[in-house]
Amino acid sequence: MDTESTYSGYSYYSGRSRGSHRHGERSRDRHKSRSKDSRSEKSVTINTPPAEPLLGDSSVRGEQVQDDNWGETTTAVTGTSEHSLSQEDIVRITKDLEDSVGLDCRRYFTLTLAVILGLLVFLTPLAFLVLPHLLWPEKLQSCGTACEGLFISVAFKLLILLLAVWALFFRPPRAGLPRVFVFRALLAVLVLLFVVSYWLFYGVRILDSQDENYQGIVQYAVSLVDALLFIHYLAIVLLELRQLQPCFSVCVTRSTDGETRHYNLGQLSIQRAALAILEHYYCDFPVHNPALLSASKSRAAKHLAGLKVYNVDGEFPAASAEVFKAKLKAYLLDSPGNNAAAGLAHSQSRAMIAAAARRRDTSHNELYYEEAEHERRVRKRKARLVVAVEEAFTHIKRMQEEEQKKAPGDVMDPREAAQAIFPSMARALQKYLRTTKQQHCHSMESIQQHLAFCITNNMTPKAFLESYLTPGPTLQYSRDHWLARQWTLISEASVTSGLKDGSVFLLKCVDFSLVVTAKKIPYIQMSEEYIDPKSHKFVLRLQSETSV
Amino acid sequence: MSVNPGQPVVAVVQRIEIKKLRQGENLILGFSIGGGMDQDPGQNPFSEDKTDKGIYVTRISPGGPADVAGLMMGDKIMQVNGWDMTMVTHDQARKRLTKKKEDVVRLLVTRKSLEEAVKQSMGKKYPCYKQ
Repeated sequence: MDTESTYSGYSYYSGRSRGSHRHGERSRDRHKSRSKDSRSEKSVTINTPPAEPLLGDSSVRGEQVQDDNWGETTTAVTGTSEHSLSQEDIVRITKDLEDSVGLDCRRYFTLTLAVILGLLVFLTPLAFLVLPHLLWPEKLQSCGTACEGLFISVAFKLLILLLAVWALFFRPPRAGLPRVFVFRALLAVLVLLFVVSYWLFYGVRILDSQDENYQGIVQYAVSLVDALLFIHYLAIVLLELRQLQPCFSVCVTRSTDGETRHYNLGQLSIQRAALAILEHYYCDFPVHNPALLSASKSRAAKHLAGLKVYNVDGEFPAASAEVFKAKLKAYLLDSPGNNAAAGLAHSQSRAMIAAAARRRDTSHNELYYEEAEHERRVRKRKARLVVAVEEAFTHIKRMQEEEQKKAPGDVMDPREAAQAIFPSMARALQKYLRTTKQQHCHSMESIQQHLAFCITNNMTPKAFLESYLTPGPTLQYSRDHWLARQWTLISEASVTSGLKDGSVFLLKCVDFSLVVTAKKIPYIQMSEEYIDPKSHKFVLRLQSETSV
Repeated sequence: MSVNPGQPVVAVVQRIEIKKLRQGENLILGFSIGGGMDQDPGQNPFSEDKTDKGIYVTRISPGGPADVAGLMMGDKIMQVNGWDMTMVTHDQARKRLTKKKEDVVRLLVTRKSLEEAVKQSMGKKYPCYKQ
């Protein structure tokens, strides 16, 4: 069973309550049965790439290739996410519900469970305090000073607990992860068990026997709140603190152009590590530019087209060269599904590839001169651009306060100023962007906006140009240029298991994938060596030459 | 040609006699020396053993008296007119070579090619002088 786990990025709900709750096995089965449908709808969205044949091939073949490499244990799609809702977001959610009905129903359901658990937790101490007054007020001993002091303590501890829960859990969710967040689920179960056991004790020993010692009841309620605060401490340690100490060094490589970065992560599960890596990806990796990949693809096509067919072994029938090349191509690109053709091609292709390698190949020459030429062209265009922009910026001057009163003539706000000087640099900029194949990243509107921004903030022409001369991280570009917000996590190990030394997983989006390898940071044994400050002494060593 | 302190040094040497040339009021030999007990032996490009603090010929002016006499660059000077040059400072070496009263200096120099030439000519019976 080869399945992939998916996590979707469209989650903008701002409420989150403590310990959003999973039902464990039951809901997981339900999720799995729904996974097939949701996977089909997700695979539909994944398999509509923006017209890149290279990636189109691999995404269709992706699953078969992954069959070979990733084995049987790739993880299931659950698409669950832990969020809870505050009141105002429920309204927003009902609007979004039309988008993805199946997924959000589940999310909504778990969110309400989390809200119920939170309410239960907060109202329990109050209920413990109020119920005796409601049920047996006559029998109850009056509350002395110590007891009333405990009221204050309960009130403040509840307030602190409320603030702490708000700080830790009521945060906008960053992402939807494929599997349940194990620590949160465990904490929710723990809290539930805890509260239930307190209720049981209360019900049996206090409600049934109608205990008159109100101070004891108040102390019981205080102990509950104390224990809840300690559970919150446990939550902080498990959810936030444990992964802070760096334990693994991960190496992230983009599959299309080989951009590599290294990050240090703590002890995290694979899905949380993937989330952390993606957040770094948007800041650190230069934006994916499919236009830059076309050169290597055309070279690859030329290699295949230029191969000569030699009849090396005898039994090769008199088929045409194209059939043979098609077989070779099939061998090289397909998985070895059909053994007959593969076997035939296998022996032939080795001879062929060796023959092709020995053949006089001038493509390296072409590549070298092409790249040198391109480099020259880019530099020339860049020089023209820099000069044009510098000249354009000299036409604009910030007007001082005194001048404003004297000459209220041709005064412009930043947007108009940008529009005024834009035409003089537009052509040079456009040519430069075309040469570096970046023209689809920047629209005219965005360039003018950026220009107005630079003028407002007194930036130099060099600062304005910096975002066009070097490809920046993905975050720098406009929102609709972020082609990938839906990522697929492909892993041999279960995604809720922790990172281990040597674990490898893939983060796939529509156009490319990120290959992640984790290595353990070794135990560092540091020793000290003392250097006496007086021990720094030097001698002069000469080597002179004298002529005699 | 390794120098062990306290051990006698054995080397194949060539006798070179240089007649000093008068230039103005100076008597010159036409070569430059480097090395010495007070110098850094590691910077010597000509020595095999980088702890050797002997005096080496670092440059020969072409056509000068030393060149004519057959001195070669990289030679190690073992004796000058009978005085030992393997354990002298740079300045002492310079003084021994530039004595105004002497017109002729007789040097004993050694180089690697001498040993090899001797070995080749005598065959395997020749004892190896390397210590």
